[in-house]
Amino acid sequence: MSAATALAPQPSTTGFSFDNCQRNAALESSGMAVPKAVKTGTTICGIVFKDGVILGADTRATDGSTVASLNCQKIHYLAPNMYCCGAGTAADTEQTTKLISSNLELHSLNTGRQAPLSTALKMLAQMLFKYQGHISAALVLGGVDRLGPHIYSVHPHGSVDRLPYVTMGSGSLAAMAVFESRYRPNMELEEGKKLVRDAIAAGIFNDLGSGTNVDLCVITKDGAQMLRPYDVANVKGARQERYRFKRGTTAVLKTRLRKFDVQEEEVVSMDTSEASGSA
Amino acid sequence: MMETVQQVTPSYAAPLPEWLSAEHDMGTTLVAAEFPGGVVIGADSRTSTGTYVANRVSNKITRITDSVYCCRSGSAADTQALADIVSYRMAMHEIEMGRPAAVRTVANTFREMCYQYRDDLMAGILCAGYDRTHGGQIYSLPIGGMMVRQKVASGGSGSTYIYGYLDSNYKPDFTAEQCVDFIRKGVSLAIHRDGSSGGVCRVAIITANGVERRTFTGDQLFVPQ
Repeated sequence: MSAATALAPQPSTTGFSFDNCQRNAALESSGMAVPKAVKTGTTICGIVFKDGVILGADTRATDGSTVASLNCQKIHYLAPNMYCCGAGTAADTEQTTKLISSNLELHSLNTGRQAPLSTALKMLAQMLFKYQGHISAALVLGGVDRLGPHIYSVHPHGSVDRLPYVTMGSGSLAAMAVFESRYRPNMELEEGKKLVRDAIAAGIFNDLGSGTNVDLCVITKDGAQMLRPYDVANVKGARQERYRFKRGTTAVLKTRLRKFDVQEEEVVSMDTSEASGSA
Repeated sequence: MMETVQQVTPSYAAPLPEWLSAEHDMGTTLVAAEFPGGVVIGADSRTSTGTYVANRVSNKITRITDSVYCCRSGSAADTQALADIVSYRMAMHEIEMGRPAAVRTVANTFREMCYQYRDDLMAGILCAGYDRTHGGQIYSLPIGGMMVRQKVASGGSGSTYIYGYLDSNYKPDFTAEQCVDFIRKGVSLAIHRDGSSGGVCRVAIITANGVERRTFTGDQLFVPQ
């Protein structure tokens, strides 16, 4: 490493910084284990029902075969009338949806109107295509705009499908089996919620990468409603007794008292509104 | 100089199925045929990711301009992006020229990009439409960036099974309905034999009067005895 980069590395202001690629390649060739990104394993799905769309997701994030998070949120906010479920690498889905959500807000302020779903869809698809699949984000985009309710699936390489019901993630086959046998057009709200819940539950129970709870998001023309959790599919068993040790179980051999000086802390706020002179 | 960095993340991993991250591939059968008065183009509707069918009712016939459509095969992401870009450029072209774009112009725009980025793209396109100067035309743009005009063209993995059928049954003086039937049977036969093709048969008839789209669902496909 040259001294200059170690002292004051300048982060790139736009796009990816590929500074570490050479270092990573050197590390990998010297035999170091490549760290695996946290994946969300996941079952996510969405349907169009009579009055809008319903999005569903499980809540397990995995790091290899360890559960990294029991209750992570996979249904991301994009706009008041659009939400996006994300499967794949957790960081990729989170940051991609945050970026597009931010751009949508700016777009909406710029144009003075609510952006239609196709705007968000194009932004997502074009970004993922630009990165040629290296951003591992598989998304289910759903929402209601002035043209009606829509569900779209976006794949990591940037391809898009518009369908009445979609599933993504490692549990997508289990969830799709439920949809293919029970989906009908123009379902009522409760029926739709039950169907999505059952599809996610199929993923939770039959796929190792999905688990814990079912989150739902119902979007109609009147707005969006996040139901988190909608269903706790795996209730942790209640303990039968209090498994605590009595005081005195561990023998005390030695006692030593030390007095600590506790300093008083006072927070003084600085006036940072005026630019200070030269450093 | 460099200390060994302790990697905290475990090195074992429960591997996710390969098809989850595989690129969306459209196995596909595409067929197009000219008739006096226009063209008829047809495609199946299966998009696969590895061995999983990601979309069984996909629309592979995409509008570029009001009178020029394209059939897409190969990578779904690549062809969708290509079709978007060509559609945008042709819309600008039409505004600047003050008249609809010629079919050859659209095909050439496709060809320019398919050839320039041939190492990065996997896209086989059938570009077909109608313009006032030359009538109905079909341009075949296979992978690699070649462009050739053909009266009958096919593409995708399923097309290999119907070369014989297309060559022996095509007549240049088909009516529109006969041409639709020819296309429908061709796609059905390919779906019957090719694992990467399936679903419904989508057809578009492009003439001077505009575009008519039809969908033939499973029971309306031709099944050999």
